[in-house]
Formats: sequence, structure tokens, C-alpha cells
Amino acid sequence: MDTELILKVYPYFLEAAVVTIELSILTIVLGLICGALGATARLSRFKALRFLGAAYVSFFRGTPALIQLFLLYFGGPQIGIQLDAFEAGVIGLGVNIGAYMTETMRGAIIAIDKGQGEAARTLGLSREQAFRKVVLPQALRLMIRPLGVNINAQIKGTALVSAISVVELTYTAQRYIGSTYKPFEMFFLAGVLYLVIITITGKGVAYLDRKVRLPA
Amino acid sequence: MGLDFSVLPPFYGTLALGVLWTIAITAASAVLSFFGGILLAVIALYAPMAIRLPFRFVAWLFMGTPLLLQLFLIYFGLVQIGIDLPAFVAGVIGLGFHFAVYNSELIQTAMIAVDKGQMEAARTLGLSRRQALIKVVVPQAVRDVIPPIGNNMIALLKDSALVSVIGVSELTLSAQRAIGQTYRAFEFYAAAAVLYYIINLGMEAVLRWFENRNRLYR
Repeated sequence: MDTELILKVYPYFLEAAVVTIELSILTIVLGLICGALGATARLSRFKALRFLGAAYVSFFRGTPALIQLFLLYFGGPQIGIQLDAFEAGVIGLGVNIGAYMTETMRGAIIAIDKGQGEAARTLGLSREQAFRKVVLPQALRLMIRPLGVNINAQIKGTALVSAISVVELTYTAQRYIGSTYKPFEMFFLAGVLYLVIITITGKGVAYLDRKVRLPA
Repeated sequence: MGLDFSVLPPFYGTLALGVLWTIAITAASAVLSFFGGILLAVIALYAPMAIRLPFRFVAWLFMGTPLLLQLFLIYFGLVQIGIDLPAFVAGVIGLGFHFAVYNSELIQTAMIAVDKGQMEAARTLGLSRRQALIKVVVPQAVRDVIPPIGNNMIALLKDSALVSVIGVSELTLSAQRAIGQTYRAFEFYAAAAVLYYIINLGMEAVLRWFENRNRLYR
């Protein structure tokens, strides 16, 4: 292990880790928004919306995220979408993870006993009130852990934007592997930073989950 | 520059070859990740501490870092220590090992869930510990986790696109090569997306068939 080299290049890796964190936060926020919209569409009363939701999930979960990213970034200009690499990365990956989050959220909502909604309706709540005040709060509690899995996957998924030259952790590691021929050191540096980000996020999710968990 | 899908036909051959390589690398990595997953699960549950801990650490490392980074490590790292592997082999090792770690987590849980009496009964009947493990415990555990392992295989198919970055001429790189000649990114990436989608549908059908075949109660 070449510690001297590691000490020399680690500031660049820290800078890159900040970009990875930014990408993670933005894609996750966009993913949660897309997931909420997608789940709403998939559980809608209207057939057209249900179909749209299902098509969204099917396309984005049925093809590689890398291809979606390339299609948006390299193919976008042909259909009038001009984005820089960072923007394309956030939008491409955010919409992609949104499809997975759609299924997570939908799964949590349909896991709530039907009787809950029915009882609320019987007590005089409107359909919308019954969902917002009775079903959704219970479903949110069930969502936290599986959404944590999506979030964990997405943090690692941000590595894909290195393929469209966004200077984040994996791109930085790759560039230094190329220029220093020290793959293990560079992997070690980038790996430690990813693990720190993922471990902290995981702890946060576990804390949130414990906080809202019903006593057994 | 508008869209013009008439650029596709001259490259049908290139794309078809890409599809074949994608299927080949997915199949090879899937097999490696399946048996690797079983091996890692057995090590995690039964190996002595001195072997278990380093494996645990590596598994943790592989679950906490991006696959793309691991592929760079394997492809460039093995050259560094004098092992010059073709990109295809490096890709299979990277994908296979990455998903073996995920499969092993599933198989471990299932192995713990197999009734202790199964092992005891097998031992009573004269099987050695190793035989009992391989012939009695593992098959029951694996059968229970075929559906979630199937999900990992689907994820593996999509992640096989990543090996394009280390130069394996699968579908994604084939599309890129065609784009290099025609500058028609949208058409070729859209075509690649459609092809991945079709492979995905085929794979789901195979997995469903396999699940039904191995269900305990029919």
C-alpha cells in the first residue's frame, strides 16, 4: 500500500465525494417525487393513469440505467433536450430510481389492511381523507426500510455518471488508476468514502425506522 | 438533427452479436454468482472464525461500493499483480462475485431457517457433516430463495451493461460502436433499450418456469 500517494491524492477524492453526495441527494429527492407520483398513478381509479404508471415502471426497470443515461445525454440533443452531464445524471438516475421507489411505495400502501380504508369511509371520511389520514400514515411506516434499500442502491448507482464524465468518486478513482497504475490504493480510497456515505445513510434510515416503529 | 431509424438496419448484425455477448456474459456471471453465493453462505455460517472474518469483510466491502468501481479494480488491479485477463473474463468475475455476495445473504437466511432436525436426521443416517450440508441443508435452503435470487439475476442482466466500460463488446458497447460511425445516439440507444427489454422479458419467462418447476407443493 503506497500511503504517500494516498496522502497526496486524497484531497481530490474528498472533493469528488462531495459531488457524489450532491448527486445522491438530488437523485434521491427526484426519485421520491417520481415514486410518489408513480405510486399514485398505479393505484389510481383511472385506467389511463394506471397504464401510464405501469409503463413507466416497466420501461425504467426493464432496461439498464446506463442505457437510459446515455439515451438522455447523448440522444437527448436529437430530440431537443440539451443537458449538461451533471443535469443529465441527476434527471436520468432520479427518474430511474423513481421507478423502483414507485413499486416500494405501492407495495407498502397495498400492504395496509383494506379494512382500514373501509372503516374510515364508514366513519364518514371521504376517499381522499381516508387515504391521507388513515392509510398513508400507516403505509409510510412500512416504507422506510425498503426505501432505505433503494437509497443504498442509488448512492452506489451514482457511479454510473462517471461514464458521461461527471467528476465524482468513481470517475476520480478511474482517472487516478489510469495515471498512477495503483488500482488497489485508488479503490481503497474511493471505497472508504463510499462506505462512509453508505454507512451513515444506513444508520439514519435505521434510526428513522426505529423512531416510527410500533411497539411489537 | 431529427430522428431517422433507417440508420439501424445496416447494423443489425452488430447489435445481434451484442445481444449474444450480453446473454453469454449474463449467463456465465449468473452461474458463478449462484454457486459462489452458496459457497460464501456456507463459509459465513460454518467456516472457522479465521476464514469467516476476512470473507465477511470483503463481502461488506463489495456490498458498500459501486459495481463499476469493482470492475475497474478487477480489470486494472489483476493486471497490476501480473494476471492479464481478457475483458470478458474480468467482467464475469466482477459481475459474478458482486452478485454472489448478494445471493449469499439470501441463502444464509434460508439456511438458518432450515429446521435443525434436518441436519441431525442426516447425521443420524450416517452422512458426514459435509454430505449433510451439501445434500440436505443447501438444496432445501436454495429452493426457498429461488424467487429473490431470480430478482438478483434480472438486476445482473441490467448491470451487465457496465462491463462495456472495460471493453467487453456486449450490447451497450456494440451500440456505442455503431454510434461512433453514424453519430446517431438516440436511435441506437433506443434500439439497445428495446433489445434489453426483450431479453429481460425472456429471462423473466425462464425464471418463472424454473420457479414453478422447483416449487415444493404443486
